[in-house]
Amino acid sequence: MTTLTPDHKTPQQMTPEQIRAIPDQDGGPGEGRRRPWVFYTLLGFLTLVFIAPLVYMASTSFKTPEDAISTVPQWFPAHPTLQAYERVLNDPSTPVGRWFLNSMVAATANALLAVTTATLAGYSLARIPFKGRKVLLVLILSTLFLPPVVLLIPNYLTLNYIGWLDTLLAVIVPGAAGAFGVFFMRQFFVGLPKELEESAFLDGASRWQAFYRILLPLARPAIATLLLLTFLTNWNDFLWPIYTLFSPEQQTLPAGLSTLQSANSVRYDLLMAGAMISAVPVLIIYAFTQRFIVEGIASAGMKE
Amino acid sequence: MANTTTSVEAPAAPAETETWDQERAARKDTREGWLFCAPYLVLFVVFVIFPAVWGLWISLHRYDFTLPNKPFIGLKNYTSLIDGSSPWSDVFWESLRNTLLFSVLSVPLLLVLPLAIAMVLNQKFAGRNLFRAIYFAPYVLGVAVIAVLWRYLLDTNVGLVNYYLGKNIPWLTDVPWAWVSIVGVTVWWTLGFNCAIYLAALQGVPRSLYEAAAMDGANRWQEFRNVTLPGIRSVLVFIVSTTIISSMNMFGQSFLMTNGGPGNETRTAIMQISDTGLRQFDSGMGSAMSMIFMFFLVLISGSVFWLTSRDSDAKSQKKSKAKATA
Repeated sequence: MTTLTPDHKTPQQMTPEQIRAIPDQDGGPGEGRRRPWVFYTLLGFLTLVFIAPLVYMASTSFKTPEDAISTVPQWFPAHPTLQAYERVLNDPSTPVGRWFLNSMVAATANALLAVTTATLAGYSLARIPFKGRKVLLVLILSTLFLPPVVLLIPNYLTLNYIGWLDTLLAVIVPGAAGAFGVFFMRQFFVGLPKELEESAFLDGASRWQAFYRILLPLARPAIATLLLLTFLTNWNDFLWPIYTLFSPEQQTLPAGLSTLQSANSVRYDLLMAGAMISAVPVLIIYAFTQRFIVEGIASAGMKE
Repeated sequence: MANTTTSVEAPAAPAETETWDQERAARKDTREGWLFCAPYLVLFVVFVIFPAVWGLWISLHRYDFTLPNKPFIGLKNYTSLIDGSSPWSDVFWESLRNTLLFSVLSVPLLLVLPLAIAMVLNQKFAGRNLFRAIYFAPYVLGVAVIAVLWRYLLDTNVGLVNYYLGKNIPWLTDVPWAWVSIVGVTVWWTLGFNCAIYLAALQGVPRSLYEAAAMDGANRWQEFRNVTLPGIRSVLVFIVSTTIISSMNMFGQSFLMTNGGPGNETRTAIMQISDTGLRQFDSGMGSAMSMIFMFFLVLISGSVFWLTSRDSDAKSQKKSKAKATA
């Protein structure tokens, strides 16, 4: 440090601003600086803003009806009880247990259907040079910009004609026609080297064998991410199920929550119990896979 | 296609078998290509292409699907909405205005706040991925959960928000409070989504650019203006357009938190279209509304695209000019 002559411009002589501007390994500025307490206070405050409402939801779901509407907030229930859960799970007009099952079945089936068809189509559009491919690709991708509400009424009428209204098929099948999955899988397959299949073809493999044995195993992370994103989207979908599912025992959780709210508009203990039953499975999945989910969404944004 | 021309021009026997092989391979590719796409295409045609066209057709009819007669009425659904002679006219245009108001209020917040947070998270410190995961968490919950939850927290009498503010604000039953609530909850809910995309983009800005800026003695603002913003430009365009589109499509927050009230003050376009088309059995009118809605959406996204691409041209010109004079 001291061996250099003072008039040489060296990193040691940079002003604080210049040092701050040097990015760290991940591309951000300011490696190795000690973070002032203000910095962590700010992050802590933001964390509170995002977490506290969810904590309060959990707390109220274990309250008695009276405690849930007490004017002094109880962050911990004064009389902890499971009666809100018992009530919503057993009331035949709001069968939350059944909704949970419906949501599970619908989201799983929808994700499997959407990802299977999207993987096949994405592969084909990325790697098979077939006649009409460009036109087809443009047609499919342009529907990404079609506002979903344009399809709402005609699709409802279609389901009405084929008798799928008020059945789980209504929330499983039409949703799998969206172009996002195809776009997502195609982007993935485009990025793989061409030699992969060519060597397989030289060994006498058919198109299907090359796809199934060589490319599909490589696509596992992308498929897993798409499965997750599709499952979550379907699990949370609200507009479509509230119009296509009407009987209490056919609803999914989001539609059911709306029913629960109109039936018990100020029974916040029941509403929070219902919200917890919708939220907890998603939060558990998120806790284990947040990297996949966040990075999957971020990469979809970067690719556009 | 190229193969057919070669086969005509090259009559020699060996070349012919070659092109014949090539042709066969091309035909095989075409067959296999369509075969792989087929399962998706069935869904795509039935639930995207057909309804898109049929919707347009429905909008030209007085279409009540519970009645046997669905007379063709040409553009009457459109003209009666536009000249105000339809009973739906007032409430439809009001819902469009509300949707636009919501977008104008929420989009700037959803562009600026996530960028600020992403820039904070882009620095190196302990627990950075944990914070990113926490801020993203509300987004994985559906609109039903967050709307039911916030209706409770914003309750005028027993809500947490009024308790800690020591006020008695009618958050969900009076304007402008209802808009403050809906916009605030939407920002809380979806901020993490934009933040994650910004963060990924910021991490892709090469550090050599920051080094160069530091060498030139750039201050923090100049660094942001000349390194960060241009570095995330393409992602910025993506975020601007997706945020506008999702704001224009807002539905669940209004439906569950205010039910469009007070009056029709927070009723959105999607609410009105689905209500007219599916609850009030006027599918022709509902479809016409959705086409008008799409027209405005295309107009807005088109102008955003035009503005951002023009802006970048102007900026790069200015930059090169500045470089030339320096």
